[in-house]
Amino acid sequence: MSAVLKPKSKLVVCDGNEAAAWAVSLANVDMVAVYPITPQSSLVEYLAKFIADGRLGAEIVDVEGEHSVLSVLQGACLAGARTYTASCGPGLAFMFEPYLRTPGLRLPLVMTIVTRDTLTPQSVWGGHQDAMSVREVGWVQMYCESVQEVLDTTIMAYKIAEHHDVMLPVNVCHDGNYLSFGAARCELPEQGEVSDFLGAKDVNWHVALDPQRPMAVDPLTGGAGGPGPSTFVRYRKGQCAGMQNSLKVITEVHEDWGRRFGRHHAPLIESYSMDGADYAMVTIGSMTGAAKDAVDAARARGEKVGLVKVKTYRPFPAEALAGALADVKAFGVVDRSVSFGWNCGPLFQDAISAMQYAPRRIPAMSFIGGLAGADLTVAHFERVIGRVKELAGNGQVAETVWLNEKD
Amino acid sequence: MKQQAYKMFDATTIPGDLCPIATKPTPMLPGDWRSMRPVVDRAKCVKCAVCWLYCPVQCVVEKAAWFDFNLKTCKGCGICATECPQRAIEMIAEAA
Repeated sequence: MSAVLKPKSKLVVCDGNEAAAWAVSLANVDMVAVYPITPQSSLVEYLAKFIADGRLGAEIVDVEGEHSVLSVLQGACLAGARTYTASCGPGLAFMFEPYLRTPGLRLPLVMTIVTRDTLTPQSVWGGHQDAMSVREVGWVQMYCESVQEVLDTTIMAYKIAEHHDVMLPVNVCHDGNYLSFGAARCELPEQGEVSDFLGAKDVNWHVALDPQRPMAVDPLTGGAGGPGPSTFVRYRKGQCAGMQNSLKVITEVHEDWGRRFGRHHAPLIESYSMDGADYAMVTIGSMTGAAKDAVDAARARGEKVGLVKVKTYRPFPAEALAGALADVKAFGVVDRSVSFGWNCGPLFQDAISAMQYAPRRIPAMSFIGGLAGADLTVAHFERVIGRVKELAGNGQVAETVWLNEKD
Repeated sequence: MKQQAYKMFDATTIPGDLCPIATKPTPMLPGDWRSMRPVVDRAKCVKCAVCWLYCPVQCVVEKAAWFDFNLKTCKGCGICATECPQRAIEMIAEAA
């Protein structure tokens, strides 16, 4: 190990990709395998630079593609390394086979998805379609709103992933273009404090590749001809339990972070201006900034509108969301991706499913915007607020609204 | 089975629903489920070793004057029979 240089806590101006690389450096990751893909590429460059400059004492593996990225990291994780990668869009698609296996192996990998819309139509711009397409696979998913939240969440992700009650891989999602390349003020915490927060590495207490103590990881299970279906069911149930446990762990870890570093990020959902709100918008990711501005402006005009931001998307904070929206007359959900076959956004689908916990049926509408890098401005959210206000008045649910259709 | 010199991983130290691992070897060889087996015609075999080169599971065994097969590990794929320049290998059905 070469000497590792670490800065004291300081303020920098950086974009989300650099913030993620700083977080990886502060988390003392042992092994990084990454393959560049727009809009994630500069993140790879920052990591390579940090390693070359001696800021991060990690191995970086040059791989021939994303399938190898995750295969390499699975091996590293099984051997006890803290690991990191980042990808998006077509790269994430190429990674899908080992991506599926990672949560079942209960490997606490952390991976940034610098979200990008999926092909086709051809596009290299941001959108949540890639991350939303892998939402049911068993990775924890958290969506960031700001550059600072990218840095803080990436560090917290290790503590969440490696928690013994969780032991699942975590995706930290930040919006391609808007967070990946948008520079902002960012506070870098001090190395010693981050190390204290994360504690000792305990990555592979459950499986360990060790020639002195041989074991086979992932032997054959299942019904026909195997040891019976109950083995498979047991592990699947265990995986689901880890997912549900993470709701509590994510909350605790965010509270701990807030106490230590003074930055309190909402762990599951954030209620903004929801006191006495008659109707509300639900948002996810970086669009939330513009949406909050629109809420502030509407409140100043006397409109009783609030906002709920979803940070943790998998596991879905169903009860928290239902609780936050329990008293509104209507709500609108703004998605940056689509759910094919439902003609609405995936967050909308999850939100209305969650409302089974609400005491009554609340009319809701789906809005889709910001696809392929399209800007979601305050003006768009003012339109959303107007439509949801109408809905609160007449209760007549309309078809999905495409916000950038005429832009 | 021979006593191993190393210590086995104690799987009871982790929750039973966490991650599928195995510490006990359970040999299931291809010979247990093969449907066709290769038979070599010793008169035709010239020991060119093409079968030995092509066999994906390395089950071809060298004898004094011909090549034969380890039927415990042969999976019956028939690549040897297809590749044999002397047409010395025939695939025959395993008895039901």
